Amino acid sequence: MMFEYAPAPESTSIVTISPQQGLFINGEFVASERNFESINPATEAVLSLVAEADEAAVDAAVKAARVAYTKVWSRMSGSERAKYLFRIARIIQERARELAVLESLDNGKPIRESRDVDIPLVAAHFFYYAGWADKLEYAGLGTEPKALGVVGQVIPWNFPLLMLAWKIAPALAAGNTVVLKPAETTSLTALMFAEICQQAELPPGVVNIITGAGETGRLLVEHPDVNKVAFTGSTAVGRSIQRALAGSGKGLSLELGGKAANIVFEDAALDQAVEGIVNGIFFNQGQVCCAGSRLLVQESVAEEVIHALKRRLGTLRLGDPLDKNTDIGAINSRVQLERITELAAVGDAEGAERWTADCALPEAGFWFAPTIFTNVTQAHRIAREEIFGPVLSVLTFRTPEEALEKANNTPYGLSAGIWSEKGSRILWMANRLRAGVVWANTFNRFDPASPFGGYKESGFGREGGVHGLAPYLQGHAKGVSA
Amino acid sequence: MNERLQVRKTYKLYIGGEFPRSESGRVFEVHAADGQFLTNMAKASRKDARDAVLAARKGFNSWSAASAYNRGQVMYRIAEVMEGRSVQFVDELRLLGGGSEKKARLEVERAIDRMVWYAGWADKLAQVVGTSNPVAGPYFNFSIPEPTGIVVAAAPAKPALLGLINVLAQIIVSGNSSIIVASQSQPIVAITLAEVLESSDVPAGAINILTGDAAEILPWLASHADVNALDLSGVADPQLAIELEREAAGTLKRVLRSSAQAEDVPSLQQMTSFLEIKTVWHPMGL
Repeated sequence: MMFEYAPAPESTSIVTISPQQGLFINGEFVASERNFESINPATEAVLSLVAEADEAAVDAAVKAARVAYTKVWSRMSGSERAKYLFRIARIIQERARELAVLESLDNGKPIRESRDVDIPLVAAHFFYYAGWADKLEYAGLGTEPKALGVVGQVIPWNFPLLMLAWKIAPALAAGNTVVLKPAETTSLTALMFAEICQQAELPPGVVNIITGAGETGRLLVEHPDVNKVAFTGSTAVGRSIQRALAGSGKGLSLELGGKAANIVFEDAALDQAVEGIVNGIFFNQGQVCCAGSRLLVQESVAEEVIHALKRRLGTLRLGDPLDKNTDIGAINSRVQLERITELAAVGDAEGAERWTADCALPEAGFWFAPTIFTNVTQAHRIAREEIFGPVLSVLTFRTPEEALEKANNTPYGLSAGIWSEKGSRILWMANRLRAGVVWANTFNRFDPASPFGGYKESGFGREGGVHGLAPYLQGHAKGVSA
Repeated sequence: MNERLQVRKTYKLYIGGEFPRSESGRVFEVHAADGQFLTNMAKASRKDARDAVLAARKGFNSWSAASAYNRGQVMYRIAEVMEGRSVQFVDELRLLGGGSEKKARLEVERAIDRMVWYAGWADKLAQVVGTSNPVAGPYFNFSIPEPTGIVVAAAPAKPALLGLINVLAQIIVSGNSSIIVASQSQPIVAITLAEVLESSDVPAGAINILTGDAAEILPWLASHADVNALDLSGVADPQLAIELEREAAGTLKRVLRSSAQAEDVPSLQQMTSFLEIKTVWHPMGL
């Protein structure tokens, strides 16, 4: 049965959104002639006007980053850089509630997630990398690793501030300066982060935030004075960036799409596994590159698992992202909702069987109810393409070998899940899955100390942990001469 | 005038542990430094390149599944067999490249020692590059390096043998399989090395060597969807390197770019260019 919950909305009075945002260049907010609207995807109400960075603005931001790199940041000791990062981490903690509310308003994710997952991880990331800034000689890249210079970073809309932290914290710790472009639908927390940089008295130009859409991103990554590019987003855009950067000599790290298998064996603790499946695909409305979007369940327990899963999905609460009881928030944009809707329709057309949780969708805003497709085969598009939404494709298997083969049968290789109570089987699978992150008897866990990134067409380079420093440092090929 | 007529060798490709001719039937002439004709060498075709990828995928499965200890032993075995062939390598280097005997001998010795250096890395990489990660929660979390897959490398023209060993060793040490496109000006040492590999317990397909026109062969491999990474450090033509990098983007291949320092300085970073870091989480609890 479904319990009735009284609404428990988080107050939005903690955050003041300026009606007009600027570009953050050289420590100051500057206006742009062209602007675009940022809306609340749960209501479609306009939150603010966001500045669009044109070629001149991108150039100004890169110049500011270059000057800051040459004159200030590269000359500063690691321990001083560390203290700036610690300061930023502290201010993020101080303003955590404000950031969480703004993130949920702008992105549509439930406040429970922005408050308990996104923002704490953002602060943790800055804390973690702050400590590296004066210990880079221990990063395994030789005794004198050097920064690369100016880094251009482009991030997606699914975890706006967390992706910013994943990009900016290691880059600054390694001694680079950055120009970062947030996604056009979720610029607001990045601009609040710019204010935090001001509060931290970070030297002007060390962090620059330029807002805009794909064209602004292209101008940034192709700017000749950018030394390194870091991108998180779709595989298609990642491919075009790698192609565009050929011959430029720029460093590149890419964190792209995924189509993770979440593999449930018959000996798994099934109640826990069901929770893990739900977390795997419905966390953040499934708008997660490492989402467990392909459920591979052993045939002997398939019926039981699917039944339990449907029962559990029936208890999820979809609605106001600011309500503390909400499990499923809004889809980030109309474009994304259309893409999810279209791919789900392909699932119907190709003969898979759709089941959708029975829940009322709000009138305004962008919503998609939790959906499961059964009778899915490996040839179906919903089993091959990243849907980036709350849609789970269920496939079955009989033997571990079959599960492994199906799991690896994808050009992606970002993450995978294994559910079993047998240790040797977990390690056998973990060893053979071609994926950068393997969650065993858990799913969608993140930590600044834990490297994240993909195999194959899910990109290259790692974010998090000591491995996350390497993309931002130039080691000396000192080695030992034989 | 009873001078004995020399028995010449037919040089072929090295694919899947065997020495096939090019399926195309094509050859190219190889001449000594003094201009004398030496042999008609197999000129690899697109089909040969594709066959090499098929062989390398099989080779990857067996080579990456071998224990790190075993890989180190096989690589040390390569050095042992090279040592036995060192006079031949010296002769061949001088035959095509000219230069003094002393210089050639020094290069051969360094190449053998380089292989020994890398052999010792096989069972240490995971300890140096892997980590146990102190996450804020009740989870056991560790990261280990794994081989990327099939790595295609262009062997540099100079130093012909040392450069070849360097690109090869840094790829295979971690369990990757490789397709090496031999230098067009020094293809003979590459095929002699293949003979060394064939008698060194290297699993079939783990290492494949193609001779021919690198500018023709490399783009086929750079755009092949089952190739995972490219080592361009041996590509001398900057335009070709850019073209290959562009092709590599089609399937997001890892690319080690050509750089002045790459040829002769072994480093951990060159080995890690062809590694993936895998992170595994498991809860801790009763």
